[in-house]
Formats: sequence, structure tokens, C-alpha cells
Amino acid sequence: MKINLNNKEVSMAGESFSVRELLEMMKYSFPMIVVKVNGHLVKKEDYERIFVGDGDNVEAIHLISGG
Amino acid sequence: MKSRLEKLKGTCVGIAGCGGLGSNCAMALARAGVGHLVIVDFDVVARENLDRQYYFIDQVGQKKIQALQENLRKVNPDIIVEAHDLRLGPDEVVRVFKDCRVIIEAFDRADMKLMIIETVTERFPDKFIIVGSGLAGYGGNNALRTRRLGNLFICGDETSEVSEELPPLAPRVGVVACLEANQALEIVMDDLEPAGGDDVWDE
Repeated sequence: MKINLNNKEVSMAGESFSVRELLEMMKYSFPMIVVKVNGHLVKKEDYERIFVGDGDNVEAIHLISGG
Repeated sequence: MKSRLEKLKGTCVGIAGCGGLGSNCAMALARAGVGHLVIVDFDVVARENLDRQYYFIDQVGQKKIQALQENLRKVNPDIIVEAHDLRLGPDEVVRVFKDCRVIIEAFDRADMKLMIIETVTERFPDKFIIVGSGLAGYGGNNALRTRRLGNLFICGDETSEVSEELPPLAPRVGVVACLEANQALEIVMDDLEPAGGDDVWDE
């Protein structure tokens, strides 16, 4: 499948992945991340429940402490 | 020029946290002419805050919301400041910021940043949320930027985490605070729509 991740096309072997699996594969390592799939915010508790497939638009940005 | 000021005067902006980001952002908005601010914090001014926060030595020990209100009024005596002395959770966010068009996240902790993003997106889809992410240390001017994801704007370098070796310092914290303030002005002046347009990426 091909997805658009942070405005870049990314190809992956497989039909679909949960948000959790995707973040692990993409090595998003910080504990706090904002994730939007096709413009909709995915809450942390839904990372296992929401799946990403071919053609989806995914945005994932680390939230860094400090302020 | 007059209409610009009138528009800002009638605008309510919420600021969640009155530390390095919040105090500097609030002052920038007040100087620019925003007429109504809702500020929230539970903390008191400590001497070590003076390395980056918009407070003065004689304010050490005061509640931050009180000290900030005083400083804002010194810039603009007519500004309406609604100050709340509390710890923000989802319910408090909904209660105190209900009249704000734009909400600015100015917390320290990343989990709190996520909490306010989730709350505003879920409960206030018509409002904007602007957050700071990645501002520790010094240098790296050109890494500081803003990204838009629908109703959410993220200001900072998205990488530099505060630590012993990488403390938050006035210039970078101030830049990110002013990126947040500048974004709020653009939203108000240009009547941006929360769901309007595609998400914007700069790379």
C-alpha cells in the first residue's frame, strides 16, 4: 500500500496497519504525538482501533515538552 | 489602520499557561491590540523564571496570573483580562475558553499539550488551537517554524526537548511565543476558517 505521510508518499508491504503499528514502523519514538488521518484527529486511546490503508493521508507530529 | 485595531480590540484569545510561552505571548498580543485575553495558571513567579518569563524581580512570589495581569495593564490599561487560578483539564478548558476564538497552548508538559489539542478539536471544532513544540536551547533560528493541520497550528522546531543540558532560554522561547501570537493575529485579521483549505506543509 501507499500512503501520504507528512506530505511524502510512503510505500509499505501490507494491506493496512493500525496507527500504533504505523508509528512504530516509522520510528516515532516520543511518547506524545499528534496524529491525523485524512484530516481527523486520532486520539491516543484509538491508536489500535483506527487502521490506515492505501491512499490515506496521515499526519504525525511529535509534541515536545518545554514552554 | 483604525479598522484593524477595532477588529483586534473585539477579539478574545485564550492562553493556557503563563510561563515562558504564555507570558511572552500575552504581552505580544496586548501590544498588538488584542482587547480581551483569558489567562490561566496555578503557579507563582519564581526567581528562576526570570530567565525567560515576562515577570520582574519585584513580582517573585506573586501568582503568575496576577503579575501578568498587572504587566498587561501597564501596556494597555483598557485591556480586558479574565484570569483563572486553576489547573486545566478537559472540563476546565471547555469552561474557561468558551468565548475565545483562538486558544493558545503554553504548557510545559507534552501530555498537557496533547490534552488541549484533543479537547479543543473534539469540543470546539470551530475554534483554533495553536501549540508550541520544540524550543529548548539556543541557535537554530531557521528550524523554528509553523505547520498547520486543519484547526491546529504547531510552532517550534518539533525536536529540541528541554533537559539539563538544553534549558529553555529567553530568545528561543520568545520566538516561539511570538510565532504563536503572530499566528493568532493572522487567524483573526484574515478570518481564517478552521476547516478551510488543505493542511499546509513547508517541505
